[in-house]
Amino acid sequence: MAELLRVATAGSVDDGKSTLIGRLLYDTKSLFTDQLAAVERTSRERGDGYVDLALLTDGLRAEREQGITIDVAYRYFATPRRSFILADTPGHVQYTRNMVTGASTADLALLLVDARKGVVEQTRRHAFLASLLRVPHLVLCVNKMDLVDFDPEVFEKIKDEFRHFAAKLEIVDVTAIPVSALTGDNVVSRSPSTPWYDGSSLLHHLEELHIASDRNLIDVRFPVQWVVRPRSEELHDYRGYAGQVAGGVLKPGDDVIVLPSGLTTRVAGIDTYDGPVEEAFPPMSVTVRLEDDLDVSRGDMIARPNNQPTVGQDLNLMVSWMVDAPLRRRARVGIKHTTRSVRAMVTDICYRVDIDTLHRDESVETLALNDIGRIALRTTSPLCYDPYRRNRNTGSVLLIDEATGTTLGAGMIL
Amino acid sequence: MPVAGYELTHLQMLEAEAVHIFREVAAEFERPALLFSGGKDSIVMLRVAEKAFWPAKLPFPLLHIDTGHNFDEVLAFRDYRATELGARLVVGSVQAAIDAGQLTEDTRPGASRNQLQTPVLLDSIADHRFDAVFGGARRDEEKARAKERVYSFRDEFGQWDPKNQRPELWSLYNGRHRPGEHIRVFPLSNWTELDIWRYIAQERLEIPSIYYAHSRETFERDGMLLAVTPLTQPRAGEAVVPRQVRYRTVGDITCTGAVESTAATVEEVIGEVAATRITERGATRADDRVSEAAMEDRKREGYF
Repeated sequence: MAELLRVATAGSVDDGKSTLIGRLLYDTKSLFTDQLAAVERTSRERGDGYVDLALLTDGLRAEREQGITIDVAYRYFATPRRSFILADTPGHVQYTRNMVTGASTADLALLLVDARKGVVEQTRRHAFLASLLRVPHLVLCVNKMDLVDFDPEVFEKIKDEFRHFAAKLEIVDVTAIPVSALTGDNVVSRSPSTPWYDGSSLLHHLEELHIASDRNLIDVRFPVQWVVRPRSEELHDYRGYAGQVAGGVLKPGDDVIVLPSGLTTRVAGIDTYDGPVEEAFPPMSVTVRLEDDLDVSRGDMIARPNNQPTVGQDLNLMVSWMVDAPLRRRARVGIKHTTRSVRAMVTDICYRVDIDTLHRDESVETLALNDIGRIALRTTSPLCYDPYRRNRNTGSVLLIDEATGTTLGAGMIL
Repeated sequence: MPVAGYELTHLQMLEAEAVHIFREVAAEFERPALLFSGGKDSIVMLRVAEKAFWPAKLPFPLLHIDTGHNFDEVLAFRDYRATELGARLVVGSVQAAIDAGQLTEDTRPGASRNQLQTPVLLDSIADHRFDAVFGGARRDEEKARAKERVYSFRDEFGQWDPKNQRPELWSLYNGRHRPGEHIRVFPLSNWTELDIWRYIAQERLEIPSIYYAHSRETFERDGMLLAVTPLTQPRAGEAVVPRQVRYRTVGDITCTGAVESTAATVEEVIGEVAATRITERGATRADDRVSEAAMEDRKREGYF
């Protein structure tokens, strides 16, 4: 059966993003006639001169009234090869916060540029955020090729310009595709209008992209989520540690260390409802039994003795700040990291990144809504973490307001 | 579980994600409950929950809000499944609330008890002090739901505020809430109708018989096929015709339509679902047709 690919798109209506999504959905038969009829009706009632496919995803009353996209919308489509989850993020309001949210789980970021305009400020912002969140693959769709007569020079120039910029961003895999969302060129199948282009259509690229090796299959990381104790007659002594594998491949018989206690033992077995498994790897949810009866509880991390995460209380983070009240030095925040919740104090605001120029402003004392910056903080008790660039699961944290419960920001451990 | 090259199928990935969500909630909340109606989505949700805590039993009760207008087959199935799992079943009854004078029923033609579910649900949550309630809603169902979080925060009135949702990143879920507030949790957020059916096939899940094609006396109203029941009677001019039908969703009898179908097995249903060009709710749910934002408006008031 097909595997799953998570895609984040970003951009404004002007880039033709909604048209492109509408076409992908329509051509994969994932757009339904009643949805289309509803969109046509609303467009007509509003007096739009065209069918506004943005209405497919702009589901909220306020969005429809104001003609803007407020929030990340999730769309689903499938081909016989793969299933896709598309996190569609708006280009205007709360742009950074939404793009960061959509990109956090994405395997691939889809960026659109208008062939007539080329790489613009927004394109650079998208690329920066995709690289910050370490989205492993990026597709640059050079759209509206029909409006530049499918000129290969236009495409090559934009591609080169983007590659030049992307080189500064550590984006591993960049693919540029010349498309016309409106006419469908190179969206689902290769277009006869671009004989000079020898790559795949967008959909074909999405279907064939190799993502299995994007996960960290080297460093065993198993955050204990829940202790399974049946307390029944026949399973009186059963004690299992349930969780989702965050990294590496865990096998029965493996020597393991439980952190932060540092006690060592061996994996006795790995259980699932469907029977025991010989190997557990990300993102499998399993239950691990250990040979020795140790004191293990939620928030602990199981790793290999010869490959351990950092255990510490002083963290350096890149933070995306998501609320109106600014982040200041000495702020006390709640932290959620893997299955562990602790408190922390911000010890330093190091700099703010200007996401248009990538310039670091070290003079700032606070981070405001939609700012990206580097901070240092100290936690009340140790976390077992890896750098985010090494492992997205063990390198990411939420910053939470302890009083209101609000999510304040997202942090990537350096 | 067959594994090749450390790859999971998309159903395995969706299941692993949902299991993770169940365990997070069980670990971080005092009193969760799982909304179980006997409908296909809640049947799938219940199986995933079973897997999350196996070999232990579910660490929370099941909750059903019974409108009093449910299909008999579905209620029988609900009770059977709860007994089989040894799970506690809590039922909030719309009929009991009407009988006690707590709710006034809209008895005009075309009215349904959908609106009345919300206060009964909120009362049940308050009475049992539930702080997290699992629902089987999916983002592909409806455009307001496409914007909802896996953890959907509700204030002390049970209201959803779509403009003020917590950002949800990675697989880190923020369940913080104050007394009186609660979280609705949707472990199947990323599943589609087709995923649900494929999972039913893969797991060989039993589902109520009305999901498969059967013969019923039906009539057409507002473009929907309704069954002739004590609660839904044809009006003048609405011709009663026996048809082979099945249900794509199973809600309140008064507002749930059937679709014509010959699908007698889960594989045949999958074939039909894969080929259909009309959404599940668009085809069968009058309650969503009230306005463009009917679902959003109901959710704001505390509906799922």
